[in-house]
Amino acid sequence: MKEYQTITEVSGPLVFAEVDEPVGYDEIVEIETPEGRTLRGQVLESSEGLVSIQVFEGTGGIDRNASVRFLGETMKMPVTEDLLGRVLDGSGNPIDGGPDIVPDERIDIVGEAINPYSREYPEEFIQTGVSAIDGMNTLVRGQKLPIFSGSGLPHNELALQIARQATVPEEEEGDEGGSEFAVIFGAMGITQEEANEFMQDFERTGALERSVVFMNLADDPAVERTVTPRLALTTAEYLAFEKGYHVLVILTDITNYCEALREIGAAREEVPGRRGYPGYMYTDLAQLYERAGRIEGREGSVTQIPILTMPGDDDTHPIPDLTGYITEGQIVMDRDLNSQGIEPPINVLPSLSRLMDDGIGEGLTRADHGDVSDQMYAAYAEGEDLRDLVNIVGREALSERDNKFLDFADRFENEFAQQGYETNRTIEDTLEIGWDLLSMLPKEELNRIGEDLIEEHYREDEGEQVEATAD
Amino acid sequence: MSQAIETVDEDGVIERVSGPVVTATDLDARMNDVVYVGNEGLMGEVIEIEGNLTTIQVYEETSGVGPGEPVENTGEPLSVDLGPGMLNAIYDGVQRPLDVLEEKMGTAFLDRGVDAPGIDFEKVWEFEPTVDEGDSVGPGDVIGEVPETASITHKVMVPPNYEGGEVTSIEAGEFTVDEPVAELDSGEEVTMHQEWPVREARPANEKETPTIPLVSGQRILDGLFPIAKGGTAAIPGPFGSGKTVTQHQLAKWADADIVVYVGCGERGNEMTEVIEDFPELEDPKTGKPLMSRTCLIANTSNMPVAARESCIYTGITIAEYFRDMGYDVALMADSTSRWAEAMREISSRLEEMPGEEGYPAYLAASLSEFYERAGLFQNINGTQGSVSVIGAVSPPGGDFSEPVTQNTLRIVKTFWALDADLAERRHFPSINWTESYSLYRQQLDPWFRENVEEDWPEVRQWAVDVLDEEGELQEIVQLVGKDALPEDQQLTLEVARYLREAWLQQNAFHDVDTYCDPKKTYRMLRAIKTFNDEAFEALEAGVPVEEIADVDAVPRLNRMGTAEEWNEFIDELESDLEEQIRSLY
Ligand SMILES: Nc1ncnc2c1ncn2[C@@H]1O[C@H](COP(=O)(O)OP(=O)(O)OP(=O)(O)O)[C@@H](O)[C@H]1O
Ligand SMILES: [Mg+2]
Repeated sequence: MKEYQTITEVSGPLVFAEVDEPVGYDEIVEIETPEGRTLRGQVLESSEGLVSIQVFEGTGGIDRNASVRFLGETMKMPVTEDLLGRVLDGSGNPIDGGPDIVPDERIDIVGEAINPYSREYPEEFIQTGVSAIDGMNTLVRGQKLPIFSGSGLPHNELALQIARQATVPEEEEGDEGGSEFAVIFGAMGITQEEANEFMQDFERTGALERSVVFMNLADDPAVERTVTPRLALTTAEYLAFEKGYHVLVILTDITNYCEALREIGAAREEVPGRRGYPGYMYTDLAQLYERAGRIEGREGSVTQIPILTMPGDDDTHPIPDLTGYITEGQIVMDRDLNSQGIEPPINVLPSLSRLMDDGIGEGLTRADHGDVSDQMYAAYAEGEDLRDLVNIVGREALSERDNKFLDFADRFENEFAQQGYETNRTIEDTLEIGWDLLSMLPKEELNRIGEDLIEEHYREDEGEQVEATAD
Repeated sequence: MSQAIETVDEDGVIERVSGPVVTATDLDARMNDVVYVGNEGLMGEVIEIEGNLTTIQVYEETSGVGPGEPVENTGEPLSVDLGPGMLNAIYDGVQRPLDVLEEKMGTAFLDRGVDAPGIDFEKVWEFEPTVDEGDSVGPGDVIGEVPETASITHKVMVPPNYEGGEVTSIEAGEFTVDEPVAELDSGEEVTMHQEWPVREARPANEKETPTIPLVSGQRILDGLFPIAKGGTAAIPGPFGSGKTVTQHQLAKWADADIVVYVGCGERGNEMTEVIEDFPELEDPKTGKPLMSRTCLIANTSNMPVAARESCIYTGITIAEYFRDMGYDVALMADSTSRWAEAMREISSRLEEMPGEEGYPAYLAASLSEFYERAGLFQNINGTQGSVSVIGAVSPPGGDFSEPVTQNTLRIVKTFWALDADLAERRHFPSINWTESYSLYRQQLDPWFRENVEEDWPEVRQWAVDVLDEEGELQEIVQLVGKDALPEDQQLTLEVARYLREAWLQQNAFHDVDTYCDPKKTYRMLRAIKTFNDEAFEALEAGVPVEEIADVDAVPRLNRMGTAEEWNEFIDELESDLEEQIRSLY
């Protein structure tokens, strides 16, 4: 292996070095500083005689005398089932004081695209125990469903609740452990405090045993954040598609990941895209998010729950925007609901699960699920609209019909969405609460629900009761 | 992708690798030649030549590839294989069949350096001549037929770049695609296989004004914003607003002969859904499985970006080939924005001068070249065929003022504007009825008059007027509440609500509602108009609005869409409406 002392330029996270032998694109590089520190990096561009290298740990301490070694291979993740229960840093090195990792295989972290022909369409209902998700935005095995949040909102509580409660109901009595998820947790630039929150919960519930944790914290190098999720997803794919696990991958915070991309782009003096983020950010994010799914003929699955904090709570910001264009829906956390004390403060209106339709219904969840969800959406949206009007004209100026929709919207938030982080509701519970609320509305208003289903589930007395109290 | 003939020219050497863009020296190549890059022979295409430097976009991942590795030129432009076997197939962006790749690579993941022809060269097809020996045939002429799938007969044509002549031998029988099925006195041999460079439109005679709608079975499209067979349409909308579902609905139910569905830079699972669903769905026209008229091209968001750039061309070339046979072809491209972004990405790696928002200056030209390949054509063999193009557009932040949406709107004649607000309240399809338009309306009206109902345009205009009026009234309602409006306006709001909820809304996932025959579309509208007319008469006779709205039969308007025996259902509903409303006065 050839060693060079030919660094010509150091700029932000980038180092340029002259070479006299060809170096492969994306290859791994080791740089040794004069103080004897070894830093790792990756080839970003390779031309005859010159390579540019992106250094993961930051370029502090590198000077012209640093030596550069090209390892002749692209970055690999050593994988084994024994990774379960381990805590690693953002570059994949153990930091839990445990034994060295003896890998079964070393897998390229870039990951090859799953052949669309080889995929199996995800349609197994995951019960998260959270009504706003299960009832209205159902998650299925193999889906990528991000949480769109804002700074200071309880997205971590929700992610942990999902990780704790997620099961696939029919398998519950079946083969032991079959419905339990292995959890891969990939942290990018989160605070020590947040990291503790996750670790303590994993330890408290015993989830750590079936988890692999990758930690890149706020004070860890930013460029390392671009490899952390790839290490996490490579591990996830191995456990899912080689070892048959159903894997739940939680990645947080994608916003920090994108900031790192922007930093590298700026250092390379690339033409920036929207708001300074690289023009290829869509492709880059897709290469993470598309590593979720099911594969025909393989046992396991990779389900992704990436978390991102929307700068300025703005979902048209490039990070949530590009994410939404790639993922199969989104769960949106709402600041107003949070200040109202709704736990979890999920706003169902902008939320969506695109894989819901095939994962629910007769034989999967319940025959009325789709219709109930549609109707609740329509009714809640109508109630929400009316709230603006009430502020202007007052409740008395509204018709009886309108007042019912207003009440519906209130109860929807306070009884359906509100449940706390420790309550685990079955899908039956969720749908029954749904019918409690829908029965406040006159039957004829339920135009999204099949007549036979109304017959079966509508509570005749409910409407009258509410009417009586409203008078 | 077409199996390039191995006439290897002078090899070049890689000088620089930057993601999907590779620069080579000493390569003897023309623009758009297909080359094999590096020791693994990754497929690429020449996109720039400058002195001794040749720039190549590579259709596969380039990690590990380095300077010094060889580049080999095939001397052929990027082409597709055309012939029987393209229907019921699923390709990547350079026409490699994904099922063949799975088999060859032996894994569910896309490996590198594996090539595969676009059609099966071993498979034997049943050829039946339609011309006789001694007949004279020219370029494009049909000389025989192959039953390709349950619903489609493949026409075997003299390639457009042939000279043509007298048929000296032709015979029915079983042939593979590269065995000659006919010989001409010009010395030319005709096989069932043609190759065509994707960036070049296949020749046709004249473009004509289309007068027949591409019936979609979607009420808001057929009813308000129809597209013509041979027309162009754009569906822009923010994420989650319904672009893909609308495209899938068109791919399922549009009355085209052939559907080419291009998944350009979108989700893997959406393609899987098509592969799993379509074989089980029936074409409402032929009763045959939908897949047998469908060709899929899937270059998902995580597949190489250069192949995303080319997949649009691969798709449109295949569409043109079926057009040449005299078929009506519909091409859906989901999403043209990803295609534009792929151009931008490549262009920025070439360090070209960026235009608006970093897109290359030739963005507008590329978009219009693509949409220009749509149309109703007089083919060179005298048949008439059409290519309709429906492109999804994914504007950043849902803002339609961005370059891809704007440049597209300058070209296409149908605009289906998706609306995040409607999508949030689950009003689907969430096509905004005030912003959308179709410039084909007038030229299609005669067809609707003749084939659906004489007063189709008038009834449609009535609906448009009511919806417009509702829009204006809603602004007042926002300020003072509904009850402050005069009774007739309250009634208009009630009628408009049924137009929106019972007619414009259509559930793509409901077995019955998913497809709506234009006759049903008309009758549903007519039923709401019956309610309107009866109600206004009652109002005039002094019946209060509330009483009218409370009539038992009225909410049944909402059940029309899901009614299977819709003729009977609507007959009964209309007579109940009349009777019950009239009984109020
Ligand atoms: N006609 C419809 N009937 C019922 N549901 C629909 C309809 N159209 C859209 N939807 C719902 O909206 C969701 C999002 O639609 P779709 O996937 O088509 O959005 P999109 O515009 O393609 O988004 P993206 O740009 O992110 O790909 C669907 O998963 C479905 O739940
Ligand atoms: Mg889509």
